[in-house]
Amino acid sequence: MTVSLSGKEVASKIEEKFSGSVVESSAENLVIKSDRVLDVARFLKETDGLDFDYLNFVTAVDRYDHFEVVYLLSSLEHNHSLMIKARCYDRENPALPSVVDVWQGADFQEREIYDLFGIKFEGHPNMKRIFLWDGFDGHPLRKDYI
Amino acid sequence: MEIEPARKYIYSDTELDREEGQVIEDLKAQSQQPIPDPDQWLGEELEQNILLTTVDALINWGRRSSLWTAICFPACCAFEMIAANGPRFDLARFGMEILRASPRQADLMITAGTLTWKMAPNVRRIYNQIAEPKWVIAMGACAISGGIFASAEYAVVPGYNRIIPVDVYIPGCPPRPEALIYGIQMLQKKIARRKNIDVRKLLER
Repeated sequence: MTVSLSGKEVASKIEEKFSGSVVESSAENLVIKSDRVLDVARFLKETDGLDFDYLNFVTAVDRYDHFEVVYLLSSLEHNHSLMIKARCYDRENPALPSVVDVWQGADFQEREIYDLFGIKFEGHPNMKRIFLWDGFDGHPLRKDYI
Repeated sequence: MEIEPARKYIYSDTELDREEGQVIEDLKAQSQQPIPDPDQWLGEELEQNILLTTVDALINWGRRSSLWTAICFPACCAFEMIAANGPRFDLARFGMEILRASPRQADLMITAGTLTWKMAPNVRRIYNQIAEPKWVIAMGACAISGGIFASAEYAVVPGYNRIIPVDVYIPGCPPRPEALIYGIQMLQKKIARRKNIDVRKLLER
């Protein structure tokens, strides 16, 4: 059974390397500052003892005043998992660093998030719509759509 | 005790050979003329009758008895279509089991499943590639009206009849294979009533 790591323990390790990058942490997850996502992602993948080499999924939630992008990470070596989140407060031009360079599996999922929520992932090699067609007006999974 | 001989014959070998030769000679004497073929006897009966039909009836009979389906199944109704083709429901009984990967060899399109606007141009292209005459069956709620996706219609086509003309609608989510077979039979009835030749136009010439 995969062990879910405590967000608080991992948060202290991240704070040692990148101080001020953790917004809040709990037993279930931790929230990263949106501009530090790529650094933290690489740190989580490459640090001994964490080794989060597998990205289960990337998804997003519309919390009305901000967008929340959720990453579920796993380590196939240690069989443990961790959920990290990042927040976007800008509704007009929300943007986050892309993690495609760290986990290739994020490619299509980040495009899907861009398609349905309109969050741009900076550094993504092919940032365009995936389900809907070029020229579609709006982002359907936003709460204020229609 | 007497020892039985190894071979006991009523006739000697020479008599047996002579008997066999006689049978062959008799058969040869009887078989100097060829026996008439069975279809010649059939011909004698047919000559006493005249078969009459109309061109429409003949063409429609041919068309409805060999409905070939183009493979265009965008979603889950396709599994009922596959089940209908399988041994349990056996669509082959009605002569409409052949699925054609190339639309140019098909004359029926069973639109089994949800259609998104992104897929719509491709489905329309497949329809345009089918040679005339061609028919379309809208299978399932999604094909008829968009089904459960109709209310969130930003990406789903609300019914195939927005992009191609539909001949028969089969309701269900998904329809049972029996319903599909019934729908195809309805289409066959529709084809049977089709007028292929306009007599008035012929007379005007």
